[in-house]
Amino acid sequence: MLLTLAGCGAGTPSGAGDEVIVFAAASLTDAFEELSGAFEASHSGVTVIRNYDSSSSLAIQLIEGASADVYASANWRQMEVAQEEGRIAGEPVSFATNRLVVLVPAANPAGITSLADLALPGLRLVLAAPSVPVRDYTDRMIESLAADPAYGPAYREAIYANLASEEHSVRQVVAKVALGEADAGIVYVSDVTPDVADRVLRIEIPEPYNVLATYPVGVVSNAPNPELAQEFIRFLLSEEGQAVLARWGFGPAPSGG
Amino acid sequence: MNGGTRPVIITLAALGLGLLILPPVALILRAVTGFAHPDGLLGWPLVSALSLSLGTTAFSMGVVVILGLPLAYAFARYEFPLKRLLNLLVELPIVMPPIVAGLALLMAFGRRGLLGPPLETVGITLPFSTAAVIVAQVFVSMPFFVRAAQIRFESIPRELEEAASIDGAGSWRVFWHVTLPLSGTGLLAGLVLSWARALGEFGATILFAGNLQGKTQTMPLLIYGVLERDLNAALWAGLILVGLALGALGAVRWLGRQLGERADLLADL
Repeated sequence: MLLTLAGCGAGTPSGAGDEVIVFAAASLTDAFEELSGAFEASHSGVTVIRNYDSSSSLAIQLIEGASADVYASANWRQMEVAQEEGRIAGEPVSFATNRLVVLVPAANPAGITSLADLALPGLRLVLAAPSVPVRDYTDRMIESLAADPAYGPAYREAIYANLASEEHSVRQVVAKVALGEADAGIVYVSDVTPDVADRVLRIEIPEPYNVLATYPVGVVSNAPNPELAQEFIRFLLSEEGQAVLARWGFGPAPSGG
Repeated sequence: MNGGTRPVIITLAALGLGLLILPPVALILRAVTGFAHPDGLLGWPLVSALSLSLGTTAFSMGVVVILGLPLAYAFARYEFPLKRLLNLLVELPIVMPPIVAGLALLMAFGRRGLLGPPLETVGITLPFSTAAVIVAQVFVSMPFFVRAAQIRFESIPRELEEAASIDGAGSWRVFWHVTLPLSGTGLLAGLVLSWARALGEFGATILFAGNLQGKTQTMPLLIYGVLERDLNAALWAGLILVGLALGALGAVRWLGRQLGERADLLADL
């Protein structure tokens, strides 16, 4: 955050306008790194300054006055938090979707092979903290499992009893699993990047229980550079932008979003 | 120094003073004004984190004394190979960035760490446990105590101890009746500083022990965790920590005055 503030202190709201400050959900890290590079390549002289954190942290940073042009959240709830405090100008749009997946270390110390195994007693399950979007989606997924007689409410109790840590962002959950410290974690499909793919195993979550995560993006109110912010969002929604997102495991923007 | 430098000094001093004093004052003001609208999180999570913080730091200080006192004594009184290097390494955690300390602890005691597998065979897994919180606190805070104790022990003339042992006192009795009483105040001051460091421990804890209410979520982790959901709770937790830190600082100053070498003590630590 300090870096971001320092970064925008250097630029000016008007004039040359060669900087666009993008606040993006932690899960967007890899995709936005590539997107930023592509955006800079097609807009000569423009620098994209990136700040990745959990969407909820970014929302509080915006509310506390951090200067930014674009806010990309991993769910609508955190976008609404920023909107309610008057930090978003105009209407945000959905630009990507995601799915949940269970992640276990490659060595799979707890021998997890199915969703049911997450209820094994003594398992060390790591989730994101409440209010982090992936946790909201995870809780919804667990609710729908608990509503199914095949799992039932006891399954929900057992899962939460296995909670070993609540991490600050989804990428911290990935790190704890990849390090082998956690027996399992629940993250986004897109989090299984090439960097960690060989250190983890995926346990798929079947369709009826899985949750569609929807990512909105909006221009921050009083953005130093609203034109470039709009331009960046157009780029996200463009064929090229969507192709990059797809390459990093994201689904397309929902139609009509 | 000519007359023109005085306003410059005063202006810069005032700026420095403002920079150091304004943030805690702002924290206090916002916490107090926010109290009119208490939120749900002010209750149980705060109580849980505070009792965990006080409990774990108390336990940690026990470990710090039991292990740190002999360590400081050995450095002050015995000669052994690599003493200077080891003394330097003992102080390393004081200046080590906390997040690096957490990474180092994971590499040592994590499941795949150096000691992880042997520990696991005897049924101990440290990460994500309250024990991990204590290990992190001891790691970052013990050097403060060892350093203070070592300095105190070194300042006690050996002749005093020698005289006592000539009078027939065993080495344990010499330590207990001569060395310890002579260094008591200095040791206590070192312990208070050590405790304050343990209480504020964050980076190593969040990486090594994780974050779970009632188990590993100490006050600093609570602040980090609830900041985005409940700023008031975070501010109040912060206010409590500032109060405790201020108390610790006051205690160290007071102990220092008892010793008659306040400046010396604080300069050392």
